Amino acid sequence: MTAPQRVTYRMESTLESVNKAEEMADRIAAQAGMDEDTRSGVSMAVREAMINAVLHGNAYDTNKRVNLTLEHKGQELIVTITDEGTGFVPEEVPDPLAPENLLKGSGRGIFLMRAFMDEVRFRKMNPGTEIILIKRLQSSDLDRQEAST
Amino acid sequence: MSMKASTRQVDGITIVDLSGRITLGEGSVVLRDTIKDLLGKGQKKILLNLGDVSYIDSSGIGELVSAFTSVRNQGGELKLLNLTKKVHDLLQITKLYTVFDVKDDEATAISAFAK
Repeated sequence: MTAPQRVTYRMESTLESVNKAEEMADRIAAQAGMDEDTRSGVSMAVREAMINAVLHGNAYDTNKRVNLTLEHKGQELIVTITDEGTGFVPEEVPDPLAPENLLKGSGRGIFLMRAFMDEVRFRKMNPGTEIILIKRLQSSDLDRQEAST
Repeated sequence: MSMKASTRQVDGITIVDLSGRITLGEGSVVLRDTIKDLLGKGQKKILLNLGDVSYIDSSGIGELVSAFTSVRNQGGELKLLNLTKKVHDLLQITKLYTVFDVKDDEATAISAFAK
């Protein structure tokens, strides 16, 4: 097993930050030995959480930043994203799979995070919201990790 | 990679060949503008060829849904063609696969539009 890895970035509230975070998530997931499908899901969940932070949280405010931490610890990949917005109540976000919401043009981000990660937690900060995304490595991921080291 | 859209006409159907990523920002805007432009010209039978679309995020999914409802609200039809596995899976988990009329073959898709 490789040594624990932890990197933290303080990012601007821009689309470029969203794209960069997605790329970094894919990279750390690859280093952790995840297969392409799993990596793709992880990077999409990170992209959605970053969109949440940059667009809905910080509303592209140039004075507000997003903190991104990517951590590979033991058998888990943990991504923490914190914005400086006004916050929201995740339970109040409508279910995008409900028939009355299926044809809505937005509201699928949190659902996608939950679909691709093993755990998604939200924490109210002062100010802002912290989203913690966790993906557990499978034994096949750990084998790939061993093989690449 | 940014998204590109080009249109062609086959038997009265407008086929939009999309390539790249339909994501928040440019990709979603290109799709929105393309549909708006086609509807403005009265072209209401639209086949979106997603064969070269490598990635769609929640914003892109929202844009596809908006395109579908805009076309339908104007009495037209919008169908999807050539989904990659990634896009197919995404539409499955969001329960949108059965909302859209999805085809794997261009000729079959064209003949499926109302005459």
